[in-house]
Amino acid sequence: MAETPLETARRAAAPDDAASAWTRLQSNRNWLGFWFMLPAAAFLILFLAYPLGLGVWLSFTDAKVGSEGEWIGLENYEWLLGVAPVSDFLGIIANELFGTEFELEGDTTFWLSVFNTLLYTVVASAIKFAIGLYLALLLNRHMPFKAIIRAVVLIPFIVPTVLSAIAFWWIFDTQFSILTWMLQGLGAIAEDHQINWLGDETMARASVIFANIWRGVPFIAITLLAGLQTVSASLYEAAVIDGATRWQMFRYITYPLLTPIIAVVMTFSVLFTFTDFQLIWVLTRGGPFNATHLMATLSYQRAILGGYLGEGAAISTAMIPFLLAAIMFSWFGLQRRKWQHGGRDD
Amino acid sequence: MASVTIENVRKAFGETEVIHGVDIAIADGEFVVLVGPSGCGKSTLLRMIAGLESITAGEVKIAERVVNRLPAKARDIAMVFQNYALYPHMTVFENMAFSMRLRKAPAAEVESRVREAAGILGLQPLLQRFPRQLSGGQRQRVAMGRAIVRDPQVFLFDEPLSNLDAKLRVAMRTEIKALHQRVGGTTIYVTHDQIEAMTMADKIVVMQGGNVEQIGAPLELYDAPDNLFVAGFIGSPAMNFLRGRVEADGAGTVFASADGARLPLGERRGLEAGREVVLGFRPEHIALGPDGTGIGVEVVVTEPTGSEVQVVARHGGDEVVAVFRERHQPAPGTRLSLAPDPAQIHVFDAETGRTLRA
Repeated sequence: MAETPLETARRAAAPDDAASAWTRLQSNRNWLGFWFMLPAAAFLILFLAYPLGLGVWLSFTDAKVGSEGEWIGLENYEWLLGVAPVSDFLGIIANELFGTEFELEGDTTFWLSVFNTLLYTVVASAIKFAIGLYLALLLNRHMPFKAIIRAVVLIPFIVPTVLSAIAFWWIFDTQFSILTWMLQGLGAIAEDHQINWLGDETMARASVIFANIWRGVPFIAITLLAGLQTVSASLYEAAVIDGATRWQMFRYITYPLLTPIIAVVMTFSVLFTFTDFQLIWVLTRGGPFNATHLMATLSYQRAILGGYLGEGAAISTAMIPFLLAAIMFSWFGLQRRKWQHGGRDD
Repeated sequence: MASVTIENVRKAFGETEVIHGVDIAIADGEFVVLVGPSGCGKSTLLRMIAGLESITAGEVKIAERVVNRLPAKARDIAMVFQNYALYPHMTVFENMAFSMRLRKAPAAEVESRVREAAGILGLQPLLQRFPRQLSGGQRQRVAMGRAIVRDPQVFLFDEPLSNLDAKLRVAMRTEIKALHQRVGGTTIYVTHDQIEAMTMADKIVVMQGGNVEQIGAPLELYDAPDNLFVAGFIGSPAMNFLRGRVEADGAGTVFASADGARLPLGERRGLEAGREVVLGFRPEHIALGPDGTGIGVEVVVTEPTGSEVQVVARHGGDEVVAVFRERHQPAPGTRLSLAPDPAQIHVFDAETGRTLRA
């Protein structure tokens, strides 16, 4: 019997089960979006979230190489931080900066690595910012061979870190240092005087910071240069007519317009510097007398070389609050600018 | 207030000279418009007056003082830019106060001057806004406010209306002119739009290819253009041009086109028979003549606007536009005889483009 018009309409309206998954994919944007997102999400969960979670979990166990370990709660942290972390923290700073001799309750090496990491990050980031900004301002001017010079500036950033670290290892070598040779040639130091670049505690700290600065400046310079190029030239012309000097143009126009980019680039720079490992490991392995041990290198030494996975994981986990603080500072302190947001803030 | 004198000014970028010796005298309080097609050097000339470009040769004087070597800030000028150039991170108030604050003017004086300028331009409710929160016309007014606050001797405008839509442009045109009448001050205004030039200027400077083609009051340029370029550039719809030659006709001379048009020329210097000339006449100076006289054309399009009718027609290879106040509505293809008003025709030398005056 032939289908009545009503039956035809009902059949058309009813969902067709056989084709429903495909139809749903075609008709529902969110469902389609979910499937497009899935590979990236799986990748992030597998390679970022899982290791992070595993690391945090390990820090609450006494896992060693070859033994899974048992839950021991905060014991690793108690061992590292001691019973009075705040006074230990202040103590190590006083000891290192002012030569006092406070007895620390927690792990002295751990607290030293915290101090080293902060010193390394603060000094290197500040100098990288200053040089990077200066370079960016220079490169933003009209000059011959502009493209080539900009490319050359990027070289330290392109060279693999291990490779440049090995080069610096030679540059800072006790016997064959080209720096020592040059200083001797210039007559700045005596012919037979050798500088113990990586053997002396202060010199070693300065040397690794120098190497980190050399490597980090291009990233900051090129990113800030990109930011500078978004500033319309007519703003500077208007400022010239308004009577601004070069310094006033920088202070009142360039710098405020650059702050959002500065916030982003310095956050990244601080994160990279705080978690640095390769440079230190190639140059000093944390020595001499742990003077250049960073939290990352100490964690590696304890966990992988020493076999105390739980303790190493606890040192790594202890970095998280510092990194979060850096991100929060940039996010709330620098990045939000009322003038960027149009009418919403009014 | 000050006069501005430009004497034999040249500008070269490397080997290429873009301004070839320009002389312009601008009286105190005058509103002068530099107009010309893009690339004619008008903006470069303005930037040289402002001190944003160096002066290769010649002299620029503001208030009788040579300013060639003075930095922009010492020239006592203010400039309004095409893209407004408002500082995006400063409020309207801060934008307008910036130059005074750089000079470390007392806060009370800054406050009163900014409020006064804001009052003139109706910007009081917007003083705490950021440029992003303003419309195009409001931004334009802030840019003008910033100039007024400086109380300069000379105002410079660099195509200030070209980023606005057509309707706003007409409104701002009126506003700028009213502002000039209220605030006074010598004003130099650059535009590529001849309507802006005609409506706003006390004096127009028409430029082309780095040269001044003609300087004069708007209607002077309209009624007595010096050459073909000025004649074609000023006026919309543009002046009609027909190529042809001078022929003797009894006692006088006539213009004769290759396509059979004949028009008496009357007494004009240099009109010996046989000379190649271009005849120019404006669309509104045309009447319909008896068939077989004047300029025979074939109608292409008829465009009534209500107040007038614009007829686009062809005479041989040349297009002729006529504007009638009467409601003629010839159909396409109709043959008409056009009779330009003999008192309003212009004759140009075909080779040099110069006007052959009566």
